[in-house]
Amino acid sequence: MAIRLKIEQRVEVPKWLPPATSVGSVVAAFILGGLVFKFVGGKPLQALSFFYQAVFGSWGVFSDTLVKATPLIIIGVACAIAFKMRLWNIGAEGQFYAGAFGASMVVLIPIIPLDSPKFVVIGLMMIMGMIFGGIWGFIPGYLKAKYKVNEIITTLMLNYIIINWNNFWIFDQWSDRGFQMTATFNRVAWLPRLADYAKEIKAFSGVTLHLGVIFGIVAAIVVWWIFRYSRWGYEIKLIGDNPNAAKYAGINISKNIILAMTFSGALAGLAGMSEISGVVHRLQESISPGYGFTGIIVAWLAKLNPFAIIPVSVLFAGLIVAGREIQPAGLSFLLQGIILFMLISSDVLLRYKIRFVQVDEEKV
Amino acid sequence: MNLEIILHSGIATGSVLLFAAIGEIFAERSGILNLGVEGMMLLGAMAGFGTSLATDSAWVGLGVAILAGGLLSLAHGLVTIHFQADQVVSGLSLTFLGTGLALVLGEGLTGQTPPLLLDYNIPLLESIPFLGPALFKDHGLLVYAGYLFVPLSWFYINKTRPGLHLRAVGEKPAAADSVGVNVYGLRYLYVFVGGCLAGLAGAMISLSVAPGWYSSQTTSGQGWIAIALVIFAQWNPFRAALGGYLFGMLRRLILDLQGPKLLFGLVNPLYINSNYSFFLKMTPYVLTIIALIFGSRAIAKKRAGSPSALGIPYIRGERGQ
Repeated sequence: MAIRLKIEQRVEVPKWLPPATSVGSVVAAFILGGLVFKFVGGKPLQALSFFYQAVFGSWGVFSDTLVKATPLIIIGVACAIAFKMRLWNIGAEGQFYAGAFGASMVVLIPIIPLDSPKFVVIGLMMIMGMIFGGIWGFIPGYLKAKYKVNEIITTLMLNYIIINWNNFWIFDQWSDRGFQMTATFNRVAWLPRLADYAKEIKAFSGVTLHLGVIFGIVAAIVVWWIFRYSRWGYEIKLIGDNPNAAKYAGINISKNIILAMTFSGALAGLAGMSEISGVVHRLQESISPGYGFTGIIVAWLAKLNPFAIIPVSVLFAGLIVAGREIQPAGLSFLLQGIILFMLISSDVLLRYKIRFVQVDEEKV
Repeated sequence: MNLEIILHSGIATGSVLLFAAIGEIFAERSGILNLGVEGMMLLGAMAGFGTSLATDSAWVGLGVAILAGGLLSLAHGLVTIHFQADQVVSGLSLTFLGTGLALVLGEGLTGQTPPLLLDYNIPLLESIPFLGPALFKDHGLLVYAGYLFVPLSWFYINKTRPGLHLRAVGEKPAAADSVGVNVYGLRYLYVFVGGCLAGLAGAMISLSVAPGWYSSQTTSGQGWIAIALVIFAQWNPFRAALGGYLFGMLRRLILDLQGPKLLFGLVNPLYINSNYSFFLKMTPYVLTIIALIFGSRAIAKKRAGSPSALGIPYIRGERGQ
């Protein structure tokens, strides 16, 4: 008798397995990343405890982590919409910048008088952010639907284009006394923060968490509802799972491509608006440490489930917060890459069962 | 602005894109889409630069860079060929992984001065008027190798028996398998070849064309442009080379436009306000999109072009392809 490895196709995937592979991938990635870190002369365990302190150590730092998680949640949800259709929008970074530009226009041109009520200014900034992000998603969507142009490349090229576009305005038209940033926004354009209420509630003093996190939660609920109950969500899922069946069912695929890309872009644009209105308070060159790319991994790790995107975003926000402190700087990139790789490799476990079986040697 | 300089510089930077793009053509012709070119190039650039510094030999650096790109691509091969994972997601992860590895391992390389790959002149050919100095003078050996590599790879893909197998594996893997072609093995091989060439392209940047290690700015998106070139070139090495050279010249032209006071007798707006150069910096990316639109329309019209099994995992014994 001998023990043999047998691989067979799964008929049904147990419910606990997909989340287990996500968690397993993160753990495995941390171990592997730690080994690489050790190899280049770091102290992985010390870094890990440092990571914990820098991310969850106190209410103050945890609030910082949540602030970083906010754009990730919104962008993760934005990516989930497109990815569900197997549309590879990797231009969330550019759509984020486009949204930031649109929102800045409201204050810097200014489009409306800045003595308008706060909710009007903020509301208009949200709309402009979503319109500009939406345009930046519409372009690749339209090109894909009309000319079958690969959306991966177009979304990526549009990232570079918008960053140069923003730079022109930051360095030239809107430059603050020649500095490479615009003037600080009028306070009417700032999203409310918990710290604003420190007079009434002492515990809030210095807490930077802003209203944007609510945008993220609402976006997750809306997209969850779309996936679960709406006709559009059903069409998106069908196109993603089986485009041929969708075509025969009479679903207009071109229209859905354009819609999904525009919607995805608009949400990413909202993330850009939330970031400059809630955190930076001006338009400047570096408003994102790669949120648009990290959002892709967040969406994937959450298996495109809008609610799972929230805790995953907090974890990755932790990586970004800690990444600012830990040297070398590429470590958080490396960890993200390994996590994603582990995750897609582990998908094989969802399709196949690996069993150890006893085999009669004489028969073999 | 000097046309000869633009041509000369375009050939050098275009050669980088040429190697990366033809590498990707090999992988895609075998049916595996690898979007990790940017990551493999960056890792190659770092490995080449770092090794040259450590061993005092640029050629050893180049060899290690080729190997680094190839080894990284095998991760993509394993995940997409054996685990049948989605090739798009795997390629994206490869970019993250390669970028992260390069940044972590390349810590402290900025500002170092390792030996570089030297430039050479080709006797006789260099004295051809105009073209000679641009094409055959003061280029690295890899640029000259590129001239030979383009026709050779075209010939290999289209006219030889192994090339036939390569195309068969990417078009009809089941049919190829049924006549005894090793589908899995060949796909691994060409993914590896693509990775090696991307690593080479990366080292060409850091050791020859634009020497130095500037973290992720070293490649600054050229890997993605190489992938766009493959679509524009419709998987043909000659068109990929042409596109690469044109792209390289464009990059140089953009730099040169910023210098002079007068352009064609008119006042140069860039001379008055250098911030207008941000619009110039957009043009390569805008042109990539435009080139893609034309390329995609041509492919749609011909109904041919992309290898028909591109992006689809081959599962032995399953019906299909």
